[in-house]
Amino acid sequence: MASTTTPTTASPEEIARFQAMADAWWDAEGDFKPLHQLNPPRLAFLRDHLAEHFSRDATAPRPFEGLSLLDVGCGGGLLSEPMARLGFAVTAIDAGEKNIGVARLHAEQGGLDIDYRCATPETLDRQFDVVMTMEVIEHVPDADAFLSAVGDRLKPGGAFFGATLNRTPQSFALAIVGAEYILRWLPRGTHDWRKFVRPSEFAAALRRVGIAPKSFEGVRYAPLRERWERCASLEVNYAVYGVRAG
Amino acid sequence: MKEDIRIDVLIVGGGLIGGPLAVALASAGISVAVVDSENPNLAVDQAFDGRASAIALAPQRALAAIGLWPAIAPSAAAIEQIRVSDGHSPLFLHYDHQAIGDEPFGWIVENRAIRKAIRDRLAELPRVRIFAPARLTSLERQAGGVVAHLADGTRFSAALVVAADGRASPTREGAGIGVTKWAYDQTAIVCTVAHSRSHRNTAHEHFLPAGPFAILPLPGNRSSVVWTEKSHLAPAILKQDDDAFLAELSSRFGDFLGDIAIEGPRFSYPLSLQFANAYSAHRLVLVGDAAHGMHPVAGQGMNMGLRDVAALAEVLVDAKRLGLDLGHGSVLARYARWRRFDNLLMLGLTDALVRLFSNERPALRVARDFGLAAVNRAGPLKRFFMRHAMGLVGELPRLLKGQAL
Ligand SMILES: Cc1cc2nc3c(=O)[nH]c(=O)nc-3n(C[C@H](O)[C@H](O)[C@H](O)COP(=O)(O)OP(=O)(O)OC[C@H]3O[C@@H](n4cnc5c(N)ncnc54)[C@H](O)[C@@H]3O)c2cc1C
Repeated sequence: MASTTTPTTASPEEIARFQAMADAWWDAEGDFKPLHQLNPPRLAFLRDHLAEHFSRDATAPRPFEGLSLLDVGCGGGLLSEPMARLGFAVTAIDAGEKNIGVARLHAEQGGLDIDYRCATPETLDRQFDVVMTMEVIEHVPDADAFLSAVGDRLKPGGAFFGATLNRTPQSFALAIVGAEYILRWLPRGTHDWRKFVRPSEFAAALRRVGIAPKSFEGVRYAPLRERWERCASLEVNYAVYGVRAG
Repeated sequence: MKEDIRIDVLIVGGGLIGGPLAVALASAGISVAVVDSENPNLAVDQAFDGRASAIALAPQRALAAIGLWPAIAPSAAAIEQIRVSDGHSPLFLHYDHQAIGDEPFGWIVENRAIRKAIRDRLAELPRVRIFAPARLTSLERQAGGVVAHLADGTRFSAALVVAADGRASPTREGAGIGVTKWAYDQTAIVCTVAHSRSHRNTAHEHFLPAGPFAILPLPGNRSSVVWTEKSHLAPAILKQDDDAFLAELSSRFGDFLGDIAIEGPRFSYPLSLQFANAYSAHRLVLVGDAAHGMHPVAGQGMNMGLRDVAALAEVLVDAKRLGLDLGHGSVLARYARWRRFDNLLMLGLTDALVRLFSNERPALRVARDFGLAAVNRAGPLKRFFMRHAMGLVGELPRLLKGQAL
């Protein structure tokens, strides 16, 4: 039930860790460079499935005008802002107060109208055409409870998107040893490999909350082009699209 | 007129590069405003710009893909043969377009025809606003966007500003981006020549002691001449009366095209090489001559600018369709990475060519005579040179492949 003081789906240690980095969210060359680099293939996955789901022309200027979207765990708004530019009426929540402050300020400076709130999904009372929670599930203490709260915010027939790190030796090597220790892309201790989620586990958890997983897709780093690209392999980092029964 | 104009991209300079960029972006759903200090109705006059440009195959495809080519085509002459000769040496390079396929190497078009096509197309597109003649009185690149003003109070807010304002680029200067440059001590004298015989769609480049002398075919029995002279000699040549100037020109031009007569005014351009030390800064990118200026020996300046346009338009349209901030560093970095190396390569090639052929030391002469002949014989190498000058080498943006954005 609604609880404003102690959100149940975000652990205090996790929130504190991200708050320390919040100011750097929008710096293309800063701490969040990997997230900025990850954005184009992620957004392409979202956009293509959304265009199909809602029968919209993805090349039109604001293809998703008239639809509502909830971004759970929005951080500094790295995905909320693009979604607003693509036409969605965006509500974006995060349990970190500083994240919301940074996101709000940034959207305002860019002239974007986004409803940012410091909240967790179970405290909201309305439902949305689209709900997404990207690179969040590996940070919450109870994934099942979290997904159930997220799923409740989705209208029947609505589109769900999630993304996370797979629990494989490759992801351990890349995300923790590579990104955190060798490349120093992310501050050490950002990720706990044991909390990474296999696609089969993600799919099963979604089915338990009434969301049918429809499509999985991975990303891989292309060092020569210095960018992340979409790929079929889910070994490291992947996204999922699902539809709520209804 | 105090207007508040919100657009995606503000382009400073609507010339041969800024114009096509505006057309490309606006036809792909990106809103733009163009500010140019010249009056576009005067810029289409021969007295404003009497030059002609060689447009290579890939940039021509880009102009076609953005809908500019149909208006240019009637004023374009195809280049089917290229003859390069070195002073008085009997050795020369001969390029025949049939060595690489059915298509010509490129086309020669008078700049005024390109300017007219740009002006007319921009007037048709709903997503473009043109402010010319006008100048920005302020330009601020803030955290969330760019804010700029005109003298009459008109205010622009945009995600990105593009500097397409030529070699001297006040926008680049204002951003504190330095340039590396050197002068060639050469001046290009440009004029149009009518002749009694057909040029058979052949472009000629003679490397004379003072610098390259190019004869570029125009539609009909006309050609455009780019005559490179030592800078200290150029003013005297330009000041001569018509007969004396014609006589001076004829001694270099030769009589292979029959009788010749000069059409319209003469122009002159001091030549230098210049490249910007960065292609992007906070919410700013450079395109065309603002980013790179080169010797016209290979007729590549505008071509490289059109390649910038193709790459930048693709980067921005892709970003727009993903909902990304068009002025974000990650978007601009992709453009800069894509274009910098290619442009530096071409700057290096043209610079080497100028130095090699503007030198009278005998050892160099032997080497270059031998070099020209060797390149002529080496089929694959020659084909690679041709394809590169035609813009067909490297990771090509969609527009250069003739595809839609
Ligand atoms: C003799 C000669 C021959 C050439 N031949 C060829 C050739 O055969 N093939 C080829 O590809 N290239 C050729 N080039 C190069 C080619 O002309 C240039 O590369 C090309 O014109 C660059 O276009 P641009 O739009 O970047 O710059 P410019 O043509 O310089 O245009 C800049 C624009 O910005 C505007 N502007 C300037 N300052 C301001 C301001 N403060 N506010 C607003 N607007 C401003 C100007 O009015 C102008 O419209 C040649 C160059 C020369 C000198």
